[in-house]
Amino acid sequence: MALVIVFFILPVLFTFWMSLHKWPLIGASSFIGLRNYVRMFSDTRFYSALGFTAYYTVIITIAIFALAFPLAIFVERQRRMVGVYRTAIFMPVVVGLASASLLWVWFGNVDSGFLNPLLAWLGLVDPKSNFFASFDSAFVVICVMVVWKVAGFTMIILLTGLQAIPTELGEAARIDGANRWKRFIYVTLPLMRKTMALSLILSVTGSILAFDQFYIMTAGGPQNKMITVVYYIFNQSFVSFNLGYGAAMSLVLLAILVLISIFQLWLLRVGEDRP
Amino acid sequence: MTGKTQARARRALFSASGYHGTGILLAVFFLAPFAITILSSFRHGTEARLPPVPPWPTNGVSLDAYRSLDSFGAGVWQHTLNSAAVAIGTALLTVAVSLLAGYGFSRYRFKFKNALFVLIIATLMIPFQSILTPLFIILAKLGLNNSLIGLTLVYVTLQLPFSVFMMRNAFDAVPKEIEEAARIDGARDLGLLIRVLLPLVLPGIVTVAIFAFLNSWNEFLAALVLLSDNSKFTLPILISAVRAGRLGAIDWGAVQAGVTVMSVPCLFVFLLLQRYYMRGLMTGAVK
Repeated sequence: MALVIVFFILPVLFTFWMSLHKWPLIGASSFIGLRNYVRMFSDTRFYSALGFTAYYTVIITIAIFALAFPLAIFVERQRRMVGVYRTAIFMPVVVGLASASLLWVWFGNVDSGFLNPLLAWLGLVDPKSNFFASFDSAFVVICVMVVWKVAGFTMIILLTGLQAIPTELGEAARIDGANRWKRFIYVTLPLMRKTMALSLILSVTGSILAFDQFYIMTAGGPQNKMITVVYYIFNQSFVSFNLGYGAAMSLVLLAILVLISIFQLWLLRVGEDRP
Repeated sequence: MTGKTQARARRALFSASGYHGTGILLAVFFLAPFAITILSSFRHGTEARLPPVPPWPTNGVSLDAYRSLDSFGAGVWQHTLNSAAVAIGTALLTVAVSLLAGYGFSRYRFKFKNALFVLIIATLMIPFQSILTPLFIILAKLGLNNSLIGLTLVYVTLQLPFSVFMMRNAFDAVPKEIEEAARIDGARDLGLLIRVLLPLVLPGIVTVAIFAFLNSWNEFLAALVLLSDNSKFTLPILISAVRAGRLGAIDWGAVQAGVTVMSVPCLFVFLLLQRYYMRGLMTGAVK
C-alpha cells in the first residue's frame, strides 16, 4: 500500500524538486545563477503580460459574479422546471475551454459567424465589423465566452452556500420587519461569506492561469496585447526554447498563486470567526 | 372574496410566467450556442463559409463538414481514438490508483500518514501550468514526450489529488463492521477490497472516473506542449490547428464539426451521470 503511495507521490515531488532547480537549464544546461530572475525584472513584456492578466482577472471575476449571483438566487427556489434550468445553465461547464473557445471564435468571425448577423439585426453594430480586429471588442467576446462557460459553475457553488442558510433566519428577520433587500444584505450576504470567498478564489486562480481562450481565439490578440502570463511562459519555453527563463517565470507565477492561496485561507478563517 | 382570490391567482400566474419566461430565456442563452453549432455542422459544404442564418441546414442535411474535417491530420477517427484512449486510460488508471490509495489512507495506519495526505491535497493548490516546463523535461528524459502514454501519465498525476481525497471519503463512509464481518468470513486483503468494498464505494469510483475522463478529454495546454507528432494530436489540438487555417483559408464547417465531435461526448456523459458529477463538484468545492 505504501508502495502505491510512493509511486505517485514521487512524480509530484520530483517535478517540485526540478522546478526548484530549474534555472541552470538554458541552452546546453549551463549554470547561470539568478540571471534569469534578473532578466525577468527588466522584461517589459513580462510586465505587460502580468498587467494584462491582472486586468483580465478583475474584469472577468466581476462579470462572472454579476451573472452567477442572480442565477444562483434564481435557481435556488423550489419550483417546477428548476432542475431543467440548472442543468441547462450548467451545460457549458462540462465542455472544454478549448471547445468553447473554438465555438465562440467561429461565432464572432466576421464573414461566417453568428454574432455579426445577430447584433446587426438588433441594430447594434455594423454588419461588417470584425470583432477580433480591435482589443476592446475581442476582449468583450472573450469575456462573454468565459462568462457563458463558467457562470454555471460559480452558480452551483453559490447555490450550495445559499441552501446551507437555515430558512428560520430569514423568517426571523422577516418577522423583525426586514424587507427583502435588507434581508439579503444583512442576513444572506454575511452567511455566504465563506462560499463567496471560495468561489472568488476559484475564479481568480482560474483566470490567472488563462491560456486556452487567448491562444485559440486571438493568438495573443491585436498587437500582442492579449498575452497572459501562462501564454508568455509558453511562448518563452516552447516557442523560443528559453526553458530556463520559462521555468523562472513559472516559479514567480507559482509564488503569486501560493500567496493567493494563503490569502484564501486567511479569508476563509475570517469567515469562520464571525458567525 | 372571489375577486381577491382571483387577483391573487392572477398575480401568482404572472409571477410564475415571469419566472419561467426568464428561465427559458436563460436556458436558451446557455444552450443556443451548442444547438447552433451542431445544426450548422450538418449544413451543405457550400454553406459552410456563410453565416448561420438560419442555423439549420437549408439545402438538405449533409456530412460535408465532417468529411472535410476528416481530411485534416490523420483523419478524425484517428484523433478521436487518441482522445478517447487518453481519456479512458486516464480514467481507468486514476480509478485503480486512487482506489488503493484511498483505501490505504482510510484504513491503514502508517508513519507520516497525515503528512502524506496533506502533501497530496497541497498539490491541488499547485496549478500544473506552473510546473509544465519541468514536466516537459522529465518526460523527455523518460522518453515519453510526444507519446500518448506520457500524456496519460501526466493527466493521471494531475487527477490524483482530487481522486484520492474523494476515494478516502468514500471509504471513510463505509462502516468498519462490514469489513470486520467479511474478514471473519475469510476474505483477504485484495479479495476483500474487490468483492466486498468495491460495490459500496462505487458512487465514488464513478465520480472519480467522470472527472478524470472529462478533464483529460478537454485538456488543451499539456497536450499542446507534449505532443508534437501530427498523428498523435488529441481532438482539441487538431481542431485548433483546423481553426488556424490551411493556406490562409479557415474551414469553418470543419471547425463546427470538430466542436460537435468534442462537446457531444461531454454533454452526453454529463447528462447521463449528472448526479455523480454534482456530488464530486460539491466535495471538491467544500474541501
